[in-house]
Amino acid sequence: MGYPHPIHPKETPVLSTHFGEMEARSLEGWVARGGYVALRQALEMTTEAIVDEVKASGLRGRGGAGFPCGMKWGFMPKDDGRPHYLCCNADESEPGTFKDREIIRWTPHALIEGCAIGCLGIRAETCFIFIRGEYTEPAEILERAVAEAYAAGVIGPDACGSGKRIDIFVHRGAGAYICGEETALMNAIEGKRGNPRIKPPFPAVSGLFGMPTTINNVETLAAVPHIITRGAAWYAGLSLSSPKSTGTKLISVCGHVQRPGTYEITMGLPMQELIFDLCGGMREGRTLKAVIPGGSSVPIMTPEEVAGCATDYEGIAASGSLLGSGGMIVMDDSTDLVYQIMRLARFYAHESCAQCTNCREGTAWTTRILERILRGEGKSADLDLLLDLADNMTGRTICVLADSCAAPVISGIQKFRPDFDAYLTGARAPVMVEA
Amino acid sequence: MSDATVSLSIDGMDVTVPKGTMLIEAAKQAGVVVPHYCYHPSLPSPAVCRMCLVEVEKLPKMVPACVTTAGEGQVVHVHSPAAKKAREGVLEFLLINHPLDCPICDQAGECELQDFVFQEGQAGTRYADYPKRFNPVEDFGHDVLYIPNRCILCTRCVRFMDHVAEESVLTVSERGDRATISIDPAHRLDHQWAGNVVDLCPVGSLVSKDFLHKARAWDLDKTASVCPGCTQGCNIMVDTRDEVVVRLRPRPNLEVNRHFICDTGRADYRWMNRGDRLEEAAVRGEQGLEGTAWESTLERVAALVAEGEGAVTVLLGGRVSTESIGWILRLLSGRRVTAAMRVPLGDEVPLAGMANLALRAERAANLHGAQLLGAGADWHAAVASAPDTDLVILVDAPLSDTELAVVARAGAVVQLSTVAEPGLENTAVLAPITSMVEEQGVFINRDGRAQRFLPARTPPGMARPAWWVAANAWALADEARTAPATASEALAALPALDGLTHAQLGFTGRVIAPVAAGGVR
Repeated sequence: MGYPHPIHPKETPVLSTHFGEMEARSLEGWVARGGYVALRQALEMTTEAIVDEVKASGLRGRGGAGFPCGMKWGFMPKDDGRPHYLCCNADESEPGTFKDREIIRWTPHALIEGCAIGCLGIRAETCFIFIRGEYTEPAEILERAVAEAYAAGVIGPDACGSGKRIDIFVHRGAGAYICGEETALMNAIEGKRGNPRIKPPFPAVSGLFGMPTTINNVETLAAVPHIITRGAAWYAGLSLSSPKSTGTKLISVCGHVQRPGTYEITMGLPMQELIFDLCGGMREGRTLKAVIPGGSSVPIMTPEEVAGCATDYEGIAASGSLLGSGGMIVMDDSTDLVYQIMRLARFYAHESCAQCTNCREGTAWTTRILERILRGEGKSADLDLLLDLADNMTGRTICVLADSCAAPVISGIQKFRPDFDAYLTGARAPVMVEA
Repeated sequence: MSDATVSLSIDGMDVTVPKGTMLIEAAKQAGVVVPHYCYHPSLPSPAVCRMCLVEVEKLPKMVPACVTTAGEGQVVHVHSPAAKKAREGVLEFLLINHPLDCPICDQAGECELQDFVFQEGQAGTRYADYPKRFNPVEDFGHDVLYIPNRCILCTRCVRFMDHVAEESVLTVSERGDRATISIDPAHRLDHQWAGNVVDLCPVGSLVSKDFLHKARAWDLDKTASVCPGCTQGCNIMVDTRDEVVVRLRPRPNLEVNRHFICDTGRADYRWMNRGDRLEEAAVRGEQGLEGTAWESTLERVAALVAEGEGAVTVLLGGRVSTESIGWILRLLSGRRVTAAMRVPLGDEVPLAGMANLALRAERAANLHGAQLLGAGADWHAAVASAPDTDLVILVDAPLSDTELAVVARAGAVVQLSTVAEPGLENTAVLAPITSMVEEQGVFINRDGRAQRFLPARTPPGMARPAWWVAANAWALADEARTAPATASEALAALPALDGLTHAQLGFTGRVIAPVAAGGVR
């Protein structure tokens, strides 16, 4: 036995190698496992060399958008004389996603090292790690690790004796999903209401405190030390399907599988193998009904779409959804999709920051219609209404929260119409949901 | 095309605008109104209402016109089917929680939600089966009530307090469709300029307690005017209902007050509706002051001016027009004149986020007009000089009891007044004049900007503008003289104004004499 589950032969442990090892949390234990070698190496490198290495690795953003990391770092201005900031997005709030939590809980120094190298890659001296408010245990572990790293001089005014300054601050969120949106996160760090900002200006031009800023996901930054020590070519070689998706990906699987948990796979592993081999497949006597592959914001997949799907950015996109954050929700045939979609819509209605009209009113209205359908009071025109509202919410707002609410509604109605019809025709007994 | 401008097409209209212009302003120049709620030209744009989404060819999705800069060669569609559908969607979203209590809403008739729904909204609703969001009415303090049920969360009020008044007491509370505007519990909305949030509110969510249920917007007559409250000269609109002034609101003038006025100016209208106005002219006869016609009144004034040779003191109220000051002084030319304007002093209250905009310490609208025309003497010295003069001309200037006692010792007093000063036994002529809301005229503000105001109500009784009284008395002295027939002619005839007519001033005025901005004590 090891970490919640023993490493499966089809897993590729890179970030998760030391998950489950209590000693890996301490600086001493981390150094014994090869920690901070990459940072010392990076301190000897030029900024350009670091960025080139990350570019060559093909590392893409693990938070959901999948933007090439090296290219993002390359957007930062040169010789502008202003302070630069690195923000690490640890506000992992996407329903179904819990991979960053595992990185922080088990290998906090991996993140600190990644953040430090990230600072070097964007000419920043300061990194803010914005950690989800509900992550109290991971936050305490991370804060302890940061204090340890400061005390040992690994980071601080003279990081590893290099003469370079690297400061890392852990900023705890107050419990808002929207603060995981990169510009809302910056507002939150600045002490403002966590509302997304209009882009442009993009963060590389005017981000945190109006300064050039790069924001990366925990998993993205944690992968960087491995790229520095083992080389871009090694990382780029980790790809089973599309060459545009490289490296490993932590997938947090929840729902109706035998063994839910966080699995590290090489990009491109067939989704079928992930669900049925790594996670042990469905519960006894049950069959697969639907998969939300990348956190609740992405379209829902059918078993047919899952069947031929490679688990990487391109593969899932080709199957009608998105890799997203890698938070996979698996649902078997006992699942009432209408109810599940209502729960998602209710989540988004609750979390909408209330700035944009379409999102503020649209998410709440969508929820009410779904609740009405569940209560058996739905009308035949409701599905067309839901789709029309979804259209009015998609691509119309500052951030993508409204789109995220619309995506499961649209894909749910398109792909699981019988579930809706069962309520509308009265074939299925109403469910009592509070308005 | 030059380096400083870009040319683009908006709904088929070609337009050239300065670089950096936002599409929403470029569209205005093309004569196209892009419907909007959160955008306001005097506030930073958050692009949250999503009403101003427009299609720009070659861009993947619609963009908010309020924060998208106009680009060279862009082809913009404001009224394309997709843009209209987007707006229809936003209007539907805005209406689902809107109470539609237009019949009892003060904003009805001047409501941007009504206007745009009427233009482009749907006739019915698809949200019939749910209760609407409800929150109780809240008193934000001073003159402002918040009616959250009507609120569309455009956040103009929050941004005004944050970025213009720079006193961040309003914010958006809660998330999702539970969100409302709320006030810092430790504060009230009592900032001197806070009343502007009522005007900024595009719907009837922030309303003025003073104006509450006073009038329907469509019953109001609106008259362009200038605030008489201080030397800033904010442009205002005087709203009257059946000849009664019910409200003053800011009138945009980017050079003077942008879109704002202070609460002191906003509240300063009750004197305009005074019921105890002087309606009849009177001259002193054997029976004391005897009512008479204008002809004999003017003759008496002309005679008083012609008879004496000693000094004359002119005491002016702060709202006397440039025309009137100029003609009174012209009437007295040849005499030794001491002329002063009464300038009450108060605190100077700047609007922090706007350059050169403040409630000024000098609470007299035409102080700089008076100075320009030679009526800039010290008030106290002018009053003190009264006993040594044959004649005091008192033009609508309120006097304190001590001042009255001093002026009562003058040879004679001609009162050109809206309201008679009863304590003066030496009053020879009492002539009813119009107040600034009953006449056309010009004030000159502290920056030397001459600005027009127009008549908003009918003068009471036989009241005439003070310049008319002075000019006609002046004309009586010599058959060759002809009094000007209009205020514009009266202005143009003054040497200091050099032929300037009202038409040349337009509605935003013109700087005619840069006056050193500064206090006058």
